[in-house]
Amino acid sequence: MEYKLDGNAAAGILQAIFPFEMTMAQITCTGCGTTMAMGATAAYMHGMGTVLRCPISDTVLIRVAHIRGRYFLDMRGVRVLQISEEG
Amino acid sequence: MERRTLLGRLTWQLGEVVATRPETPRTKSITLALPNWMGHRAGQHVDVRLTAEDGYQAERSYSIASPPEEQPRVTLTVERLDDGEVSPYLTDELRVGDRLELRGPIGGYFVWEMPVGGPLLLVAGGSGIVPLMAMLRHRAAIGSTVPTRLLYSSRSLEDIIYHEELRRLDEANLMLEVVHTLTRAQPDGWTGYARRIDADMLREVAWPADQHPLVFICGPTPFVETAAASLVTLGCEPAHIKTERFGPTGER
Repeated sequence: MEYKLDGNAAAGILQAIFPFEMTMAQITCTGCGTTMAMGATAAYMHGMGTVLRCPISDTVLIRVAHIRGRYFLDMRGVRVLQISEEG
Repeated sequence: MERRTLLGRLTWQLGEVVATRPETPRTKSITLALPNWMGHRAGQHVDVRLTAEDGYQAERSYSIASPPEEQPRVTLTVERLDDGEVSPYLTDELRVGDRLELRGPIGGYFVWEMPVGGPLLLVAGGSGIVPLMAMLRHRAAIGSTVPTRLLYSSRSLEDIIYHEELRRLDEANLMLEVVHTLTRAQPDGWTGYARRIDADMLREVAWPADQHPLVFICGPTPFVETAAASLVTLGCEPAHIKTERFGPTGER
């Protein structure tokens, strides 16, 4: 089973990895070139982790999981990640 | 306006339950004292982590219901899902004095504060009211007069979370309008909406598109998608519509 949520749903695990508030981070999709806030992406929660997809082209942007004390982060669909220091 | 600079990585912290309050037959508010709380903004959430004796852990996200003005106390409102791994523990077992592990505050996207402005349209389905209530409480606490409308869909009258407080806020502030719809059961004499949210309802309740409303929608995934798609057809700018969906794993 998987459930479509918003990028906000992955914010906890991403902010455990990055020292910034990540839902306002801007992501540029490798698939379609659209730039959007992480919070505006579509999130699919699985038992094994979370997949963030582009809401325009459905490209897989990020896969992230926390398994037995180790973070796994696959950013294959992110051409550019912009993070504001202001948070 | 207070501006935090660097947040830093999130870490888990322990909070002590200082109060619990049933809101409806299926929801309960849990107030925590968090000595290490760094402050939050209206609309943010926390992740709660339960650890079983054998080390098995389950994490769920819950929206913060209380406004920033009440920190370092933070109130979550939790809906009991009968087959949930976490919510039945929180609503049925957790007692005042117990400690709860959580990390937060999380998120900056689904947030309202004064500089965001308005007019505001808040659309809530069921326990999706929780982060929007934090916004309404914050709005009241700072004396904001931003024109605000809340459209709130519940199954029945007794399922309306914060019903009495919403009535008081609505009466006390001319710039706030609260509109309910009851989808499953309506009491005798109910004159409000009595169906699921749809484009016709939103056309009647929402600010006209030419006023460029800012929209926050929170609820179950199908509810959010219906509301967001309807508002786009009514001319709302997609960039001004922020959504927060929850599903069985989200347990918001």
